[in-house]
Amino acid sequence: MLRFLVRRLLGAAVILLLISAITYFLFFFLPSDPALLSCGKNCDPQNVALIRKNLGLDHPIWVQYWHFMVGIFAGRDMPVGHCPAPCFGYSFADQQLVWNTISDRYPTTLSLGVGGAAIFLTVGVGLGLISAWQQGKLFDRVASAASLLGQSVQIYFIGPIAILLLSTKLDLLDRGHDPHWTSDPAGSVSGLLLPCLILSVIFWSNYSRQTRSLMVEQMSEDHIRAARAKGMTSRYVFLRYALRGAMATVITIFGVDLSAVLGGAIITEVTFGLHGLGSLSVQAVLRSDLPLEMAVMLIGATIIVLCNIVVDMAYAFIDPRIRLS
Amino acid sequence: MFRSINDAFGRRSTLSVRGLCAMTSSTQAATEPTDPLPPGGDSGTGTGLTATELIGRSPGSLAWARFKRDRVGIACAVTVLAFILIAFAAPLIAKLYGKDPYQLYGQDRGLLNSYGIPLKPNGGVDGDFWFGVEPNLGRDVFTLLIYGIRTSLFISLAVTVVSVVTGVLIGLVQGYLHGKVDYFLGRFSDLMLSFPQQLFFIAFTPVIVALFVSPRDEEPTYVRIVALILVQFLLGWMVVGRLVRAQVLSLREREFIEAARLSGASNWRIIRKEILPNIWSTVLVQATLLLPANVTAEAGLSFLGVGIQPPTPDWGLLFQSGASYFESDVTFMFFPGIAMLIFVVAFNLLGDSVRDALDPKTVR
Repeated sequence: MLRFLVRRLLGAAVILLLISAITYFLFFFLPSDPALLSCGKNCDPQNVALIRKNLGLDHPIWVQYWHFMVGIFAGRDMPVGHCPAPCFGYSFADQQLVWNTISDRYPTTLSLGVGGAAIFLTVGVGLGLISAWQQGKLFDRVASAASLLGQSVQIYFIGPIAILLLSTKLDLLDRGHDPHWTSDPAGSVSGLLLPCLILSVIFWSNYSRQTRSLMVEQMSEDHIRAARAKGMTSRYVFLRYALRGAMATVITIFGVDLSAVLGGAIITEVTFGLHGLGSLSVQAVLRSDLPLEMAVMLIGATIIVLCNIVVDMAYAFIDPRIRLS
Repeated sequence: MFRSINDAFGRRSTLSVRGLCAMTSSTQAATEPTDPLPPGGDSGTGTGLTATELIGRSPGSLAWARFKRDRVGIACAVTVLAFILIAFAAPLIAKLYGKDPYQLYGQDRGLLNSYGIPLKPNGGVDGDFWFGVEPNLGRDVFTLLIYGIRTSLFISLAVTVVSVVTGVLIGLVQGYLHGKVDYFLGRFSDLMLSFPQQLFFIAFTPVIVALFVSPRDEEPTYVRIVALILVQFLLGWMVVGRLVRAQVLSLREREFIEAARLSGASNWRIIRKEILPNIWSTVLVQATLLLPANVTAEAGLSFLGVGIQPPTPDWGLLFQSGASYFESDVTFMFFPGIAMLIFVVAFNLLGDSVRDALDPKTVR
């Protein structure tokens, strides 16, 4: 287990290093002049010169990248001021420390992702289980039709409809807002409920479809027949044997979906006007705020790569045939 | 298995050995009863006919026959074709309809109130403006939608074609050459897969735009379109590549490839005549999954404001203005929304039907 963890973490470090290098190169080297890009459409030469000096663009690109990477772990002194340990530089747009902005924004995205995933895993796997149990019956058909619909809707379409229907008309749920956790704990839970629900809609259909077909497939396996022959009840076999077999694959699919969940969270944030990393990255791009974009990209990639390791470990935990070595 | 023997010896007559032909026909006859089609159901080739005619039924025509019997599949194919037709013929339709997507009808003709909301109920839908007028700017929604579908479909089709072709090429190279080339291309595809997709699209679209035009200049629309195609393609080819690689790896060890090699066929010929015909069904199914995903991704980018820029009509941009005006004019949002829902449902069902037709063994 430990060896597996060390090896995967090393692999993750290499991947992240490559991603950071590619992103840095594309952001700060490929455009004819990042200083000009950061300066916007109306910009005088003095500003450009200042930005160039602040960014250290007079150094060669690999030196700049080295300074940037060292800064993340050790902090660095920049012309604008000192930038402490997880240093992603200063934002072009508002001259704030990028890390401060990010640590201010990430809780929304994290709660959206975790909450949404919890909902779509529960609903999806649950529906799939009932459909497999009730195979061919009315519930199964209704669930598969609902899955098809769920798979085909878009967050930016059902989000506004849900706001109108569930919060404006029926007044059941908050319309989506994200006050800071410490200032309004209850509000931050109720405010994110509707966005989490909407985010989960586009995902659960896939899980219910997959769970259903996996369970149907599992039920025809030899070990299931053996268990049934030993006289175990069909419900016990279904939930203890078949479910465990199906879960291993469901977890793999979840690992593949992680990046899509982050993508969905971005769209959800913009749809509901929430202030998370997703709306931050869109804002950063619209203002050509390269350091901010760079940081969001790196953090997003880190979260996904780390979550994938966790998913692989869970996979080995559920399926004892997989040995982590 | 039967299909591959058929490919290698029967239909393509790579080898004209009499015994092998007899074998082909006997295997063909053996497969016949398991085929879901009733005997002699669709064409003149029944079970009682001679061997030479039986060989004439290629896997492709079998799949087509199976597909034709799938009513849902046909309905979805018609729907999808209708969308593509609308996209192609958008200028013509707009001309017949007598409006264009850039004219501010609402403002010119006083159809909007002082808040920019259509005066008439239901978003200003009437005989003149079939789908109503857009809030604020007052453009015609019907032409906006058909031109928007045109932009989005064009971009997504281009992305799909380029990614599928690249994926097939890279998968072929990986599977056929294996060894070091396979290893490095595989790690490269792993690396591309670990980029957070949406963030990558958001962040790199402006970078690619900046490659073509300086940030100070006005950017032409086609630059945005090229940038969107490029950025989605960069992260779009890996899944197809992996699938093709896996298939080629298992195919290259099969007997009919060996037979072709022994009979002196060149690598190019083996790839073209023996391997490609066996992977195209996987590729086709994958392409039908990719296209709707690309359409929604492209629309999502425009919705976020980093894709196509106004005033160019785009499916995603309609959702952007829909989201800003949904509380005062909800009708407006439904036209692009329902259109996209129909499109994606039709495409998803079509994908299922295509898979069923190509591989009758799959059970749903």
